[in-house]
Amino acid sequence: MLRRDRWRLGLVAIVVVAALVTVFPISGKINLGLDLKGGAHIVLQAKESEDSKVTEDSIERLLAVLRNRVDQYGVAEPVIQREGRDRVIVDLPGIQDPDAALELIGKTAELEFRSVIEATAAVPPGPQRPNYDSDEEFQRAETRWNEARSQIEAAREALAKRSEEITGSRVSRDDEGRYYLLGPVLVSGKDLVDAKTRYDNLGRPVVGLTFSSEGAKLFDRATADNVGRQIAIVLDGVVISAPVVQERITGGNAQISGRFSAAEASRLSIMLRAGALPIAVEVIENRSVGPSLGEDSINSGIRAGLIGASLVFLFMLLYYRTLGIAADAALAVAILLVFAGLISLKATLTLPGIAGIVLTIGMAVDGNVLIYERMREETRAGKTPLAAIDAGFKKALTTILDANITTLIAAAVLFYFGSGPVRGFAVTLSIGIVASVFCNVLVTRALLQYFIGGRGAAGSLLPRS
Amino acid sequence: MRISNINFMQHRKTALLLSLVCVVASLGLIFFKGLNLGIDFTGGNVVQAEFAQPTAIEDIRQVLNSVGQGGSVIQSYSERGVIIRISANEEEARKQAVNALRTKFPGIQIIRLEKVGPVVGAELRQEAFIALILALAGILAYITVRFQFRFAVVSVAALLHDAVITLGIFSITGMEISSSFIAAILTIVGYSLNDTIVVLDRIRENWKNLRREGIVDLLNNSINQTISRTINTSVTTLLPVVALYVWGGEVLRSFSFALLVGILVGTYSSIYVASGLLAEWWMKSPQKG
Repeated sequence: MLRRDRWRLGLVAIVVVAALVTVFPISGKINLGLDLKGGAHIVLQAKESEDSKVTEDSIERLLAVLRNRVDQYGVAEPVIQREGRDRVIVDLPGIQDPDAALELIGKTAELEFRSVIEATAAVPPGPQRPNYDSDEEFQRAETRWNEARSQIEAAREALAKRSEEITGSRVSRDDEGRYYLLGPVLVSGKDLVDAKTRYDNLGRPVVGLTFSSEGAKLFDRATADNVGRQIAIVLDGVVISAPVVQERITGGNAQISGRFSAAEASRLSIMLRAGALPIAVEVIENRSVGPSLGEDSINSGIRAGLIGASLVFLFMLLYYRTLGIAADAALAVAILLVFAGLISLKATLTLPGIAGIVLTIGMAVDGNVLIYERMREETRAGKTPLAAIDAGFKKALTTILDANITTLIAAAVLFYFGSGPVRGFAVTLSIGIVASVFCNVLVTRALLQYFIGGRGAAGSLLPRS
Repeated sequence: MRISNINFMQHRKTALLLSLVCVVASLGLIFFKGLNLGIDFTGGNVVQAEFAQPTAIEDIRQVLNSVGQGGSVIQSYSERGVIIRISANEEEARKQAVNALRTKFPGIQIIRLEKVGPVVGAELRQEAFIALILALAGILAYITVRFQFRFAVVSVAALLHDAVITLGIFSITGMEISSSFIAAILTIVGYSLNDTIVVLDRIRENWKNLRREGIVDLLNNSINQTISRTINTSVTTLLPVVALYVWGGEVLRSFSFALLVGILVGTYSSIYVASGLLAEWWMKSPQKG
């Protein structure tokens, strides 16, 4: 080995050692995307309405309320961030029940107590064919049901007309399809200080409320005025329950009993504790991946990567023999560098990102193939092995750079425009390109020089076939 | 490998014609048959579920029918696993459908849910379009600077050829196009270029012999000099992509299929489309140099 070429081997050794130190032990060092570890990715869009405008302030308050809710729900490492003017991204890793999470963050949770002025009947459940003996009977039942429904619709319209005459009133329905004409707000969620899940004496979950002193006063008066009448508990415009007030309630405690499960009651109390969203939101994107699927994806990605890499290793060995060893060593270093790059850039590894790594394995040896084919040409043209190696590297270098820079341009565009997983792909692809060029040009060359230095001659390296 | 001496350019007119037919057919397919755009682009609801026992698609459809989602697309990827694209866009419809399935098949596990609003889908379509245009412009500029304008034009023609034919094949097979497809297309573009540039690079190197050899021989020699590299690189790139396709799991299947098609077409186009066009163009209007 020539003295002036020693720096190359030294540089490669330093890089490899640094990469090894960065990568090992690997467990827990790579940020996995939600598609790999499982979780929910939810994008909310603030909806502007007459009551609530999208402003800096309302979005900031929206973020605060969401953080509060998610924290209380107990998600490890959630990400809640603003995107653009009026969007919020919520990432919840490891969520088991995405629907529950969606309920928790997507609901405004505006609580109101209003007096019930009038109510319609509930819509009866629709007839089911198996409960009837003949088609005719079933049809008659259906007609009756439709009539009942249209009667209730008519009643709703009458309520809506009356509602226009009473200031502050509104018409709301409950989940049985009953409509209520409700009086003005008596007490609202603003006056709450606490909400907790409790159980009533039948063991059903209820939400216990504690009012502030101001709220307690309002609630005291509201119950006093309405003894023997119904007060509706309205959440986000829907009546949850409308109990009849038995007696005046002092002391600022109340409870909401609806037909909810323990999990629903606990979600509701979290939402009430954290306060209502300052502005209505709409879920415009929701991607949830179960932890088992994420694990599956990692496993199949690793399997595909290992098989693909083995095939490439084998091909290079069979085709290029001794030179193949250098190429394979360079490829191994390239894969190591990709992981080191991912870790030190704190990039997030996504499923397409794994695909990017697998793809890199195939494209990484391209540089070596270019160099080796050049070297063969030079040998055929009658150059000595050492000169052939020199010329091979020199001539292949511009080609390698030109070919890879164009791919890098495409990857850069992907990174700039892509979102989420596509971005992850662009990152791994870019890191892969840089790592493989480094390995083609420096690692292979250092190894070949080492081989030649060791043997004193490189005749067997380049068979003249 | 022996030094090959194949007269590639002999068949350039046939090849260019074949490519033209394929591109026109692909464009026709894309316009008339259309592409199976995934919910990333159109908006919608997708549910991936695994049942406790092997379950017939018919039974699943019946359950969906009962909640008014009979038009859903149900695709099974294993005995127990299905991907359901629910026909309605609303979150409510999805919840209803999932609840109905849970009631009917108690052991069901919902392993993936995706909902994309129509606005997001439209934004993504626009972004994908801008990304492709920008990538092409950047590449065109780079090759023009490093080579010459003609080389840039023929390599961009070659990669457009590859991208359009890949889209055409997706149109025929009806495979779904998701957002990772943009990544696949841009990778194909990168690969196709990589391949084309190696050939063009050799042509540039041999350019000094133009007067002596004439354009056709020059191109033939350049292709022959690089053909073993072209084949080897295609093989080493195809090996992992095939591994991805076979063992990479359901979510990556259409992505790896796009890569598979793109690499095969890209290898062909770097020889025939790029070089063939260069030959025709040169013979029509040779330029001093």
